[in-house]
Amino acid sequence: MTQAIREPAQLRLTRLVPALLPAVNLALALGVSAVVVLLVGENPIRALRDLAAGAFGSGEAVGYTLYFATDFVFTGLAVAVAFHGGLFNIGAEGQAYIGGLAAGLVCLGAVGWPGGLGIPAAVIAAAAGGAAWAFAPGWLEARRGSHIVITTIMFNFIASALMTYLLVNVLIKPGQQSPETREFGASTWLPRLQNPARAIGWDVGSSPINLATAFAVIAGGLVWLYLWHTRWGYELRALGHSRTAATYAGIRPARTVVVAMSISGALAGLMSVNEVMGDQHRLILDFPAGAGYVGIAVALMGRNHPAGIALSAMLFGALYQGGSELSFDMPALTRDIVVVIQGLIILVCGALEHVLRRPVAALLRPARRGGPRIRPRIGLRIGSTGSR
Amino acid sequence: MSDVALFVALLAAATARGAAPLVLAALGGLFSERSGIVDVGLEGKMLAGAFAAAAAAAITGSAWIGLGAGIAASMLVAAVHGFACVSHAGNQVVSGMALNITMSGMTAVLAYAWFREGGQTPLLGGAARFGPIALPGSRALADVPGVGLFYGQVVSGHNALVYIAAAAVPLSAWLVYRTRFGLRLRAAGENPGAVESAGVSVSRTRYQGVLMSGALCGLSGAYLSIAHHASFIRDMSAGKGYLALAALIFGQWRPMPTVLACLLFALADAVQTRLQGVALPLVGVIPVQLVQAIPYVLTVGLLAGFVGRAVAPRAIGVPYTKER
Repeated sequence: MTQAIREPAQLRLTRLVPALLPAVNLALALGVSAVVVLLVGENPIRALRDLAAGAFGSGEAVGYTLYFATDFVFTGLAVAVAFHGGLFNIGAEGQAYIGGLAAGLVCLGAVGWPGGLGIPAAVIAAAAGGAAWAFAPGWLEARRGSHIVITTIMFNFIASALMTYLLVNVLIKPGQQSPETREFGASTWLPRLQNPARAIGWDVGSSPINLATAFAVIAGGLVWLYLWHTRWGYELRALGHSRTAATYAGIRPARTVVVAMSISGALAGLMSVNEVMGDQHRLILDFPAGAGYVGIAVALMGRNHPAGIALSAMLFGALYQGGSELSFDMPALTRDIVVVIQGLIILVCGALEHVLRRPVAALLRPARRGGPRIRPRIGLRIGSTGSR
Repeated sequence: MSDVALFVALLAAATARGAAPLVLAALGGLFSERSGIVDVGLEGKMLAGAFAAAAAAAITGSAWIGLGAGIAASMLVAAVHGFACVSHAGNQVVSGMALNITMSGMTAVLAYAWFREGGQTPLLGGAARFGPIALPGSRALADVPGVGLFYGQVVSGHNALVYIAAAAVPLSAWLVYRTRFGLRLRAAGENPGAVESAGVSVSRTRYQGVLMSGALCGLSGAYLSIAHHASFIRDMSAGKGYLALAALIFGQWRPMPTVLACLLFALADAVQTRLQGVALPLVGVIPVQLVQAIPYVLTVGLLAGFVGRAVAPRAIGVPYTKER
């Protein structure tokens, strides 16, 4: 509101700060990671170059980068939707896992289904599974006052135990040692993008980039519409800014929270479409492999906006793909350095934002007057307060 | 009959060993959270402590130097958490998660690069590791029925850190409830404004709480790598930090109930390990994973008010900014 009455020049500067902050944050996180690389006795500049080459050096590498980025777009959007309502959904990992279970069950059961029916059914199942796994913490937060952070952490562990049980005891392919299901029928495999890519002169090689990447783009657009162009999205953002004001304006917090968490979970669940239906074609143990946690970094760095999320998901996709190439050139350095960068980005963007915001703002605009804080505040209320 | 007694005694001993790292980490979390700072970062601090302890013990050959290094490393991580959350009013949950992820990656990178054993530290033996201690009199009492078994198997024969964990329980309870420091700590978590009005620095008090958590998590991590196991293995805390957090919530942020929750979780784990693949009468084989999920389900139930009620410190998670 205050921005509107400012003179245009200042308005542009106010917009510059949030645009520039991610870059400063990234530089800081990479700087600290460089120290770790030095501790290991390697050259950080060369490591960064290797990372970039591994991520973008060939058409196949780009394909892999986009494949990983697709996972992170989904989990990043999931975390961001919840963030807008002031909710911290740490449970994207478990929601993706359960979404994969639902999709996998449909794919396993889709034997003999007509083509074109199995895939949509499995995609819907993935979203529904993730939504269900997020609905419960959302409902518990809204109706029983359970703190969503703790509940979603617990749900991650419960999902992990449940999936291990199912894969080891129930769904395992008979006569096999490793806990994974049999391969799905080919009619439920999501089409790879090899041919369309070749049509535009891009050889994706053996990279598993598939139709889910297009789904991710669509999901980003839909989230943008939901957040900024629907009444539900407005209510969610209002709630994230001030619960009291939102309630006073007639917004029902409980319903808004449950709806937002379900959407968040559905997005996380869709991540499994890329992994399970696009590449692995079977359910394997721990297929989300931390993508739910990467989503936190992606959402924070992308400032909870779909466009920002797309960019930061690309960055993390590049880090994950480049990281796997890193150890060929630098035997002392493992790809875990990518996890360090990821953690530091979350720390710098999410917890140390106040440390950097002021210097960056001061750098851009020496005479800054107090502007409105545009980040939603994340409510922290632990413990049950009973029904409200 | 003696078979049953032996089984129970071994189960109790396994519970004590399994509970020790949980107790240490949960008590650490208690100090931090009672001061008003959410501590999701128990896991990361444990990992930092475990790695530093194993690395220092491997290099110096001394378990005690390892322990010191583990505590120092964990306190350093805690200090970063304090810097973000106390000094700069950062989001406490985000900071904790970030540190967990960072430490998971960093310990793996450093362990791999420094020791070149596929992400492990060298196997420790002798003085580089805390071995079992036979308490005085365990031999003499061995032949006394009942008492000998209990004393010899359950009380005696653990490593030093189990006894430190046991001692930390009454010590923490005393610190939190019976000292000036504890009063200030709890007040900072309930009503920081009042603490500041009384002329006590909330920041300082919260830093103390956060650093106490660092020290105790360092002990917990060191227990894993240089007492329970004989080396650091990547991600060896394996969710124990989160389990300790669950125990803390389950124990309603109070020392004794928290420790009981840790014992309960450790007992469930010990039973689960022993019952693997054993068919019980009536119920058959109990799936391992479902037993493992029990603590988490209980915590969710508690937070939802289905199993008692969790009353958190009132000012937890709220950054305190002094009026100017």
